Order: sequence, then structure tokens, then C-alpha cells
Amino acid sequence: MKKILAVVAAAALATSLTACASGGSGASAGGEKIKVGIKFDQPGLGLKQGDKYTGLDVDVATYIAGKLGKTPAQIEWVQTQSAQREDMISSGQVKFIVATYSITDARKAKVSFAGPYLIAGQDLLVRADDTSITGPETLAGKKLCSVAGSTSAQKIKDKYPAVDLQNMSTYSECVAALVSKGVDALTTDDSILSGYASQDQYKGKVKVVGKPFTQERYGVGLKKGDTAFCTQVTDALKAMVSDGSWQKAVDANLGPAGYKPQTGNPPAPDACA
Amino acid sequence: MLDILSRYNVLLAFGLTLLLAFLSAIGALIIGTIVAILRLSPARILQTIGAAFVTIFINTPLTLLMVASILGFTYILGIRLGANTTDNAFWWAVVMLSLYHAAFVCEALRSGVNTIPAGQAEAARSIGLTFGQSLREVILPQAFRGAIAPLGSTLIALIKNTTVAAIIGVAEAAGLMATIIENETGGLGVFFIFAVGFVILTLPLGVWFTELSRKLAVKR
Repeated sequence: MKKILAVVAAAALATSLTACASGGSGASAGGEKIKVGIKFDQPGLGLKQGDKYTGLDVDVATYIAGKLGKTPAQIEWVQTQSAQREDMISSGQVKFIVATYSITDARKAKVSFAGPYLIAGQDLLVRADDTSITGPETLAGKKLCSVAGSTSAQKIKDKYPAVDLQNMSTYSECVAALVSKGVDALTTDDSILSGYASQDQYKGKVKVVGKPFTQERYGVGLKKGDTAFCTQVTDALKAMVSDGSWQKAVDANLGPAGYKPQTGNPPAPDACA
Repeated sequence: MLDILSRYNVLLAFGLTLLLAFLSAIGALIIGTIVAILRLSPARILQTIGAAFVTIFINTPLTLLMVASILGFTYILGIRLGANTTDNAFWWAVVMLSLYHAAFVCEALRSGVNTIPAGQAEAARSIGLTFGQSLREVILPQAFRGAIAPLGSTLIALIKNTTVAAIIGVAEAAGLMATIIENETGGLGVFFIFAVGFVILTLPLGVWFTELSRKLAVKR
């Protein structure tokens, strides 16, 4: 009976984590609002809890909006899921997107990027007492979890085809499986992993291995060819690094898990083309 | 759009969709028929079991069943259906699709049974046929013929519902679509390819089942 209850609880927990309200909200204030796209379900990066928004992406977006003359109350947060990001920018549903958005050539064909503001890298999350996994080459015979279709899932399969990979639909489900010992490791960007490891319910139970083996350059997505706006955002990002706000935001959101950005951080933003 | 077709194996993904649908359809038909027999049986306890099965599976979201199969049954209860995670996820998807659609098959069959005049079952009893005999010789053959149209709708729904298996990592059509969107960004072209793929699978089936239901209808 206890086991059956555990099964029901696990399933209910996982699905409730994937369910997210759409649309944004913000306190009413004077002046025109600015619509900013973030993730709503990524702890440490972009997370919606009630009407509170937390995470590194939220802090970066708030800082940029501040440099554009907008108070936090004037920001309308909009959920941008991975598959919709390009369309939401080009159709003008959001002004810019800060949502673990890696700069790639395929995406550059549809949107412009300012940044990067963080260089993340694919890493592994394991149980805190697990010393057998120290990197992707030690994964033989281990069960690994990732999200179906994600870059991380594709890369690990290309580089280490022997890995026994279970794909789920969200990382939350993978973390649940990791804690319940269904899988031995979870792979995606170290920033995302640190976000989970910093959550209260997982603190002390999981740890990030800390050996990133790829480079993911997170950028701020905005309308293609809007060089003037891109320059504004780039200047804001540079100011954020130089006045120390960047380091503070990284430490506050991802620090509790002992996250240290890999070498090259804070990155120098690319020139706006 | 054409370069996507040349770089990704769309046909292989749809092949897996078809295999998933084929195995689940057989499973759903077998389980659904058994449950329908339970619901039609004269024993009260069997009726209750059949009704409980239908109520549970018709009212549980398929997504929840899929997630429970991996996070719950595989990881917490340790029930594995394959040597590696890929096989395990595939066979759990077949099981869950079968169970879920069996509830709909059962209800389709019961609607087929309702097309048979009550006098036939009574006549079967009065000439001395047992419950099993009257089911086999009189009720079920007519029930299947009367239920062709709803069974066809269930099969079409099943083919489309195989996409839910993508959330536990089965690399069928929807799984490949997620990969393509991640690499190439989402666009109308990508959605169009997969929408057309499913229309090709389901549209002829719909026409065929309509035709079949007309041809096999019991003339009374």
C-alpha cells in the first residue's frame, strides 16, 4: 500500500511540476509595460511561484529593463517555452527573451541575440553520496536521464552512444527519478542543474559533478535586425558585469549549490550585427 | 522544409509510431473485449470489476499513465519490461496505450451490444445456450459488426495518442519533432510535415471504417 501511494505521489508530483499557468502578471503602475519572455519552470533561472518570479534570467531581464527605464512593476512576464521562442519574438508577443536561450546559427537565422550573458556547459547531476560518477566517461552501465529532443540528450548520445539514456518531458521528472534512485544521473547545462540542486527540497540530496564538457552560450533573444535595441541590451549586460550585479545574481540564484561558472565567465558580449 | 526531410529520418519515426499503434491496437482490442464480457456477464462481481476498470482508465489522463509507468512502476516498484531504458519505455507505452484504449473499446462494444434486440439474448437462452455460447454465437459477432464505426474512431484516436509516448522518451514522430524544433527552431514547415504524416495515417482509415461499417451493418 505504501508503495502504491508512493507511485501515485510521484506521478502527481511530476505532472504538477510540468503544469504551468500561461500569461504573465505584474503590479499596476504608470508608464508603458514591457513584455519579457522567461521560463516559468526552471528553478534558479526562471521560476514562477504564485505571483513571484525568481532566478538568474529574471534578474538579468530586470536589470536590462531597468537600463531601458522600466521599473520592475512595469515588466510583464510572459512564459516562453523552448519551441515557441522564435515565433513569440518575431510576432512581437515579447520584446526580448531571457530563457536559457543558447545562441546557435539556426536560431540566428530567425532572431538576433545580445550577449552572451552566461556560458553554461553540459554537466551531470548525481546523488550526493555517489562518488562513482565523475564525468561522462564514467557513465558506462549507469542510467542517465535527460529531456526528449534536447541538445543535451542529442550530444550525450552522439558522444557516448553506449549510455543507457531515459528521456522524459521535463527535468523536474528527471530529478524526481534521480532522488528515487530510478536513474543514476541527469544531464543538461550546469546552470540548470545547479538551479535544481539549490532548491530546498533537493539540497544535500544531489550534487553537480562540476566538469562541464560543452559550451552553451546563453543570449538575450530579440527581434531580428533590431541593431539599435541589441546595442542597448548589450550595454546593459556590460554594465551589469562591471558594477558587480552579475556576480551577485549568479551567487544568489545558483550559488547555494556551489555553482562556479566555467572559465570564460563573465563573458564579453558579441558585437551586434 | 525538404532539407529537414533529407537530414532527419522522418519515415523511421513514423514507422515507430505505426508499430506502437499496431501493438497497442491489438492489446486494446483483446483487453477491451475481455472487459466488455465482464460487464455483460450475469455475475455481479464481474460486472463491478469491468465497470471499475472502465471508470478508472477512461477518467485518467493518458499523460499521467505514461509518466506513472516510468517514475512509478519502473523506478519505485521496479517493474521493468525491457533490458535497457529504450525498450522499457517502448513496452510501457504499449501497455499504457492498450489499457487506456481498452476502456474505449469496451464502451464501443457495449454500444454494439445495444444495437441487438433484447429478444435475441432471450431466445438464445431459451434454446438452452449457456452464457458463453450465446456470447460467442449470437451476441459478440453482431456487437462487433454494430460497433465498427466507434471502434474505428477509437483506433484513429489511438494513432494520434501515440504521440504522448514522446514524454517518456519513445522516439516516435512527436519525439523526432521535438528534436527538429530544438535544432532547427520551430516553424510552420516542421509542424506541417508531421501534421501531413498523421493525416496520411488516419484519413484513409476513417474512410475505410465508414465504408466497412456500412457494409457489415446487420440488416434487420
